[in-house]
Amino acid sequence: MTDSAWARTGPLLLGVRHHGPGSARAVRAALDAARPKAVLIEGPPEADALIPLAADPEMRPPVALLAHAVDEPGRSAFWPLADFSPEWVAVRWALEHDVPARFIDLPATHTLAWESVEATAAAPGTDGDEAGAEGTADGADGTGEADGDRRAADAEPDAERQLRVDPLAALAEAAGYDDPERWWEDVVEHRSGSAERDVFAPFAAVEEAMGALRETYGGGGRDRDPVREAHMRLRLRAAQREFGDAVAVVCGAWHVPALRARSTVAADRELLKGLPKVKTDMTWVPWTNRRLARASGYGAGIDSPGWYGHLFRAPDRPVERWLTKVAMLLREEDRIVSSAHVIEAVRLAETLAVMRGRPLPGLGETTDAVRAVLCEGSDVPLALVHDRLVVGDVLGEVPESAPAVPLQRDLAREQRRLRLKPEALERELELDLRKDIDAGRSRLLHRLRLLGVGWGEPVQSRGSTGTFRETWRLCWEPELSVRVAEAGVWGTTVDGAATARAEADAVRVTALADVTALAEHCLLAGLPEALPVVMRVLADRAALDTDVGHLAQALPALVRSLRYGDVRSTDTGALAEVAAGLAERVFVGLPPACAALDADAAEEMRGHVDAVHTAVGLLDETGRGGTATGTGAGTATGKGTVAGSGTGTGTGTENGSGSGDRGLRRRWRAVLRTLSGRDTVPGVLRGRAVRILLDEGELGAEEAARLMGLVLSPGTPPADAAAWIEGFVGGSGGGGMLLVHDERLLGLVDAWLTGVPVEAFTDVLPLLRRTFSAYEPGVRRTLGELVRRGPGERPLGAGQTAAVPGFGAETDTGRADAVLPVLRLLLGLDGTDEKNPDNGLVGAGT
Amino acid sequence: MTVSVEPTDPTTTERALRPHAEDAFADELTALAAQDDRPRPARWKLSPWAVATYLLGGTLPDGTVITPKYVGPRRIVEVAVTTLATDRALLLLGVPGTAKTWVSEHLAAAVSGDSTLLVQGTAGTPEEAIRYGWNYAQLLAHGPSRDALVPSPVMRAMAEGMTARVEELTRIPADVQDTLITILSEKTLPIPELGQEVQAVRGFNLIATANDRDRGVNDLSSALRRRFNTVVLPLPESADAEVDIVARRVDQLGRSLDLPAVPDGIAEIRRVVTVFRELRDGITADGRTKLKSPSGTLSTAEAISVVTNGLALAAHFGDGVLRAGDVAAGILGAVVRDPAADRVIWQEYLETVVRERDGWKDFYRACREVSA
Repeated sequence: MTDSAWARTGPLLLGVRHHGPGSARAVRAALDAARPKAVLIEGPPEADALIPLAADPEMRPPVALLAHAVDEPGRSAFWPLADFSPEWVAVRWALEHDVPARFIDLPATHTLAWESVEATAAAPGTDGDEAGAEGTADGADGTGEADGDRRAADAEPDAERQLRVDPLAALAEAAGYDDPERWWEDVVEHRSGSAERDVFAPFAAVEEAMGALRETYGGGGRDRDPVREAHMRLRLRAAQREFGDAVAVVCGAWHVPALRARSTVAADRELLKGLPKVKTDMTWVPWTNRRLARASGYGAGIDSPGWYGHLFRAPDRPVERWLTKVAMLLREEDRIVSSAHVIEAVRLAETLAVMRGRPLPGLGETTDAVRAVLCEGSDVPLALVHDRLVVGDVLGEVPESAPAVPLQRDLAREQRRLRLKPEALERELELDLRKDIDAGRSRLLHRLRLLGVGWGEPVQSRGSTGTFRETWRLCWEPELSVRVAEAGVWGTTVDGAATARAEADAVRVTALADVTALAEHCLLAGLPEALPVVMRVLADRAALDTDVGHLAQALPALVRSLRYGDVRSTDTGALAEVAAGLAERVFVGLPPACAALDADAAEEMRGHVDAVHTAVGLLDETGRGGTATGTGAGTATGKGTVAGSGTGTGTGTENGSGSGDRGLRRRWRAVLRTLSGRDTVPGVLRGRAVRILLDEGELGAEEAARLMGLVLSPGTPPADAAAWIEGFVGGSGGGGMLLVHDERLLGLVDAWLTGVPVEAFTDVLPLLRRTFSAYEPGVRRTLGELVRRGPGERPLGAGQTAAVPGFGAETDTGRADAVLPVLRLLLGLDGTDEKNPDNGLVGAGT
Repeated sequence: MTVSVEPTDPTTTERALRPHAEDAFADELTALAAQDDRPRPARWKLSPWAVATYLLGGTLPDGTVITPKYVGPRRIVEVAVTTLATDRALLLLGVPGTAKTWVSEHLAAAVSGDSTLLVQGTAGTPEEAIRYGWNYAQLLAHGPSRDALVPSPVMRAMAEGMTARVEELTRIPADVQDTLITILSEKTLPIPELGQEVQAVRGFNLIATANDRDRGVNDLSSALRRRFNTVVLPLPESADAEVDIVARRVDQLGRSLDLPAVPDGIAEIRRVVTVFRELRDGITADGRTKLKSPSGTLSTAEAISVVTNGLALAAHFGDGVLRAGDVAAGILGAVVRDPAADRVIWQEYLETVVRERDGWKDFYRACREVSA
């Protein structure tokens, strides 16, 4: 346009729908036609200095402008920009044509400060900006990851939106549309630039409509708009003084009438007086399509960034090109899709559009066509199309020269607070989690590990094995700074970023055990906010996993987490619930899963049974808090869980508080009974089940002997019997002691072994060898002597040689009894049932 | 060609157990046609918009109320009607009891004004049912001619530009199914015996229905599948809608089977529907817990039969009130189709969901009893 034309029309006001590809095209066409001397854009003016970076070849949208308070990195706001955002197009146009570009919205220094003033009021940008469809950036700003803010801000927009008048909804309703988004798409987005002769016409029409709307609804309940618009007007005037009238403004359509309005400088200044301030910093951060999409929380307010990107980039025939893309994706996934399919899909989409009275097929029509023609009515491939194309897997990039991300600052602050300096020299750090500062350090290190910043590696503690101790090996490598910068995508504080990362990971990982590990990690890192998501995923995965092995593997880690949670006084209610559910599933699935296994699988399953047994014991205890003991013997047989049983301070009486968990244990025993009695279950598992039941005091010694006799009777194949023995007394878990103490059992084994036929003997020998060679030498020797003497003959009298030289031939029970009170005290057995003192001792002795 | 369509005798229509859609809703169709000013595809009785209104219901400008024939997503009807308008064949998929046949009948009635050009698919459906057969007396007496030819419903629809319907397409043997390929792609039906052919007149189209759980029975060849646009009819969206359907149908069945009247068992019906929905959808009604889905369909139709059985049990052997124990065995039978996998799924469901639920104690116990 010529100068005189500019003088006649005044500054060119381009009202857009944020992130609207149609608006973006129109903006480019209008700028090309008008050739302004300066471009003003709705956005925080602090970012002016960052504009040149947009031309950097390493800058690839989607990216976001990030503003954050210097002293409080958690207070932040994002302005996401995709390549189809009109603002981005305007920035790029200005840079390409060497024309100054400026942001003219209210400075972030005020918008961020506003939040602290009215923590409970609306987040500034959530006011949704203008064309309603937006909710951009600013949408995210309130939700800075600082703990409390987030929930407050998240819950808000819905209620807030309903109160406010949605300008687009009113327009769309007038036009007979039920969905304002679709109306905007039809009326503005779907006009391709070429068809439109006058590039300015759409903007004029939109301005007029918005003007009419604002007349009807006034401010629309947007309290802060007058202030923002006053600032925009001031900046516009400043630009006009500098560049004359040849200035273009790109802003939300809603603001256009306000910018056009006449008002005095003094009045505008008055509005801007006394705004709160906070020191802020800005930078570019990479963004993703998923985050642009509404579903992912930091939404820019658009459901379909991939589709918009396509509309923006496709030179012509958007529907045909889109459906071809879909067909190519489906072919990659090995679905048979021919060109004829695509043709039919295009026809269907177009006819549907006519039927629904739309000028061009939109996403809805193409999706229906894809479902009916390309996916044969199934929603499964459609979900893939949605994820990969409609949303899209695009990750933005930001040049290295962009200013540091706030996460770095937050980390530095944390390091100062916890007096933990990054040093290149490797050193070990002992933490006592009972101290606040050490607990804080541990959390920080765990969070960093979650974020992929491997500053510290946990190492096995020397000496103490208590759960309140942790040992770390620290070493700060220079490239860790890069890692921190990368992790900046996840958030502005270590806490927030780790939470976001954990949530994302939970959704991404597929194996059940990985999710449990993640849950454990979240507890260690003190990320209670991530737990609900992780638990949700965990419960879902567990419900759908059909492999009992996976479930059994996941259970111990989960139970371990529960106990850590106790030490760290985190709320683990949800965790306990999930763990109990997981245990139930294992109980139901275990018996069928144990049928018809080969030797290796049986051995693996035995490991699972042991792990589940230990876990159930712990779960029981943790669930019941202090009322443990009494049956502590059972737990104590598990490997290395002696400390666990010690934590129960036990009154020894059941006080019903944990009846659910008690039930858990009871049901577990019922499962073991089922296992022990089922012939299709491999011997090693049956033996193991009987052994556990015996240790638990659920089976009497008599009953165990009966079962053993049954298995070792001639009717059972020797190999199966040997496996049973392996399960029953195998392993280093004290099976040998059982044989030493119960000569009846030893006698049974002995009798069976001597009865094994010659040809079968060589078959069972390796298994038996494995069983007995695992015993400690002392146990082996004692057993050997017992067998040489002939088991079951000892009671014959004192005339026999004493088992061990230097000891009396018989036990002096009177002297032995003297130790009982002390033992009782140690085991906390006071006042408990005395039915099974034997079992108690057997358990504790192992 | 002699195509003799019996003129519908008004008295027969009145006496019919179940009148055709075009007769039952003749008033609505007439009203729609009278006020329909939108363009109609060749030989369509109504415009696509009017067809959609006929199925989804609405009020016409003159105040005539059109009852909804299909209660479900609008999108489905729109895609179906549009498919017919683009002269592509329409395949309606869905588990039993999702109103596939109902929708296809009403579509045909609204588009062509005739829903009777129907081929019922069975394992024994011969080629003649889709192409043409011969009147052997004529054939022997006069030799092959068009007079000796007995046209199939599909052939008649082609000749007259009408909508043909094929029910249970996947039950038809694969070789017979494939006779549809030429009809749908070339829109012609050759009669090699006479050296003639019947070319489809504009307006001809075909609606097929198939049960998508039966996919494996006689799966469509990809050549044939390519000729169809597929629309999957979903199960009822809300529990209330489904409870309503089950209760109404059970009531009808009970009366026709002359079961003694049993007092209101709506609570138990709701429970059965809840169990079916939860297992079918793989998620609990409150959306908090995921579940494994068993191999059975667990369709609404099965829920109806479980409840009907329960009613019979309650009436003849129980205390006359529908109780948890009366439906437990039926549910077990419907859920556990594969004795190994489904049993685990069912027990998992019992232990993790049913046991904890308030007010379901009796149901849990009853199910435990029959499952043991």
